[in-house]
Amino acid sequence: MLDLSQYSSLGAALRDALDRWPNETCLIEADRDREKVRLTYSEFKHAALPLAKALQSFGVAAGSRCAIIMTNQSKWLVSAYAALYTGAVLVPLDYKLTASEQLALLAHSEAEVLVTEYHLWRAMMQAPEFVDFAHRTVLVTESPKSAELGIAKRWEEFQPDGAAAMATTGEPTFVPRQRSDWACIVYSSGTGGRPKGCVLTHENYLEQCVALTSLYPFWPGVRYLSILPTNHAIDFMVGFIGPFTCGACVVHLRTLRPEFVREAFSKYKITYMAVVPMVLKNLERGLRQRFDELPRAKRLMFEMLRGINETFTRKKPRLGLSRKLLGQVHEAFGGELRALFVGGAFMEPATLQFFYDLGIQVSNGYGLTEAGTAVTLNDFTPFRSDTVGRPLPGMEVRIANAGTDGIGEVAIRSKTLMSHYLKDPELTAETIVKGWLMTGDLGCFDATGHLQLMGRKKNMIVTEGGKNIYPEDIEAVFDGLPVKEYAVLAANYVWPRGSLGGKEMLLLVLHLENGETTIPKLVAEIHERNRKLPDFKRVSGYVVWEQDFPRTASMKVKRQVLAEELAAGTSREAIQEI
Amino acid sequence: MTRTQDQTIDEILMLAAAQFKVARETLSADDDFFKTLGIDSLQALSLLTRLENHFDVELPDYELQGVSDFRTLAERIQARL
Repeated sequence: MLDLSQYSSLGAALRDALDRWPNETCLIEADRDREKVRLTYSEFKHAALPLAKALQSFGVAAGSRCAIIMTNQSKWLVSAYAALYTGAVLVPLDYKLTASEQLALLAHSEAEVLVTEYHLWRAMMQAPEFVDFAHRTVLVTESPKSAELGIAKRWEEFQPDGAAAMATTGEPTFVPRQRSDWACIVYSSGTGGRPKGCVLTHENYLEQCVALTSLYPFWPGVRYLSILPTNHAIDFMVGFIGPFTCGACVVHLRTLRPEFVREAFSKYKITYMAVVPMVLKNLERGLRQRFDELPRAKRLMFEMLRGINETFTRKKPRLGLSRKLLGQVHEAFGGELRALFVGGAFMEPATLQFFYDLGIQVSNGYGLTEAGTAVTLNDFTPFRSDTVGRPLPGMEVRIANAGTDGIGEVAIRSKTLMSHYLKDPELTAETIVKGWLMTGDLGCFDATGHLQLMGRKKNMIVTEGGKNIYPEDIEAVFDGLPVKEYAVLAANYVWPRGSLGGKEMLLLVLHLENGETTIPKLVAEIHERNRKLPDFKRVSGYVVWEQDFPRTASMKVKRQVLAEELAAGTSREAIQEI
Repeated sequence: MTRTQDQTIDEILMLAAAQFKVARETLSADDDFFKTLGIDSLQALSLLTRLENHFDVELPDYELQGVSDFRTLAERIQARL
């Protein structure tokens, strides 16, 4: 891999990588079972430079903000490199947000350029919040020839064979950046409330890349299967920066459908893949089903071989042995899989152990956008499925304000910590205290230095799909609900479980009007409002509370006090699921 | 063959019932299929391939985004027929 200590920016490191491995394949894009794109490092460079040239002709310069909203595909990476080449700051946004939410974050980030897909742009143009984008540059991919794009331009015109690219001459100018300069603004949450735009520097990413690849190296020939969108912090690192600075290859799959994911493993001989817990559980479900369908004799043989594998891998993984003992299982994953990375949300230890016992390493860890990507990772010496592993090299992790049981708030200090929250010095000061990131997560270290997470101080949930959902972001959907007052809280915030396992849910706290008894009508209304939210943001229960909500002088609900009052006056059993 | 939206809904309900092994009569157009079928979004995506083959259309994953009831799903398919 490149010696990243020698580089001051992502753009500079990527630029050298493209020249160092010109004939290696760096990027493959497949849609279902059809391969659509295959680029060598050299071809990638020639796809990106005309775009960089175009961005500079539109006025993009050092520090300009360039937003990307795309599904999982190769043009994301080409566009990102073009922007980094020009010294721009990337603003990767989630394509699953609503158009209104995307527009709000585009405005908050002050993005001057937007690169997006046609269907997303069409939705934005139809959103009530759509404002005049005339002062911005919008590049839209994959638009039908007859499509009305408004002020947007077609991305493909700026490819080497595109009309706009052919009409211009000369090379773009590479714009160097310093390690302390901004590389990305990544929104960790706050789409409907207080936007939390984490400003991450080039140093943050370069240091994170060094830390991760020290445990999981990439090299030419390694193939990483990317099914998470690249705006996801994990995929940005292990599905872009990591493999590209090592000469490896990224395979983008434009569908999450399990049958095509399974096919891609074999077709592309995948080495690594990052997943969110929901995908891993789906893989587990598929495997268990296949095991259950085995004839009795084969099933007994399989169980015996799995038992032998368990015995020999108790202290450390033995990939070669596992591949021999459980060849058919490993062949189903392409035969060359070295590890799966799981992150974004809590993963049940039983699922991790299930894969480990098959000889498939699933590396779980702990991280948050504010700290780069990963802070701790299981290193398999030995595997501890009940923990999130040990701190990565360069990460200092301590437990702040620990109680007698050793449990306290997880605090992190490292070169990967974000610079600040965009336009929010108050929140930054609350979150980074004397150089330590106060995560809001509760945990403790065991005797072997493994971190165990025990719950959250924060009023939030994390879905199995790896989405952070803050109740205040969805509260507005319930405006006008026929109740005296309401609030949305995370159930585990009100009644902490002492672990991160179990179901996470958002619930409505309802203070009914005096004498109100029409609960069924109210529930129907809640259902109706819920439908306006993406499925992962919906409330799934309510509790009725008969006291006035505690409020600040400016009449905002004091959520923490309300949660404490609820915890003292009711129990989890009071939740009515809807 | 030209289908009405009601026909499309009916065929989707039939295919979903077969895919997830439930009785067709237990499903209706306005059901939240995540709740009625007890499935997650990946399982819902696995239905798309069956729908693509049946209706002979191509449905990108994003067509399912924000959709949780059969009627809206039928609208998305109808628009591509």
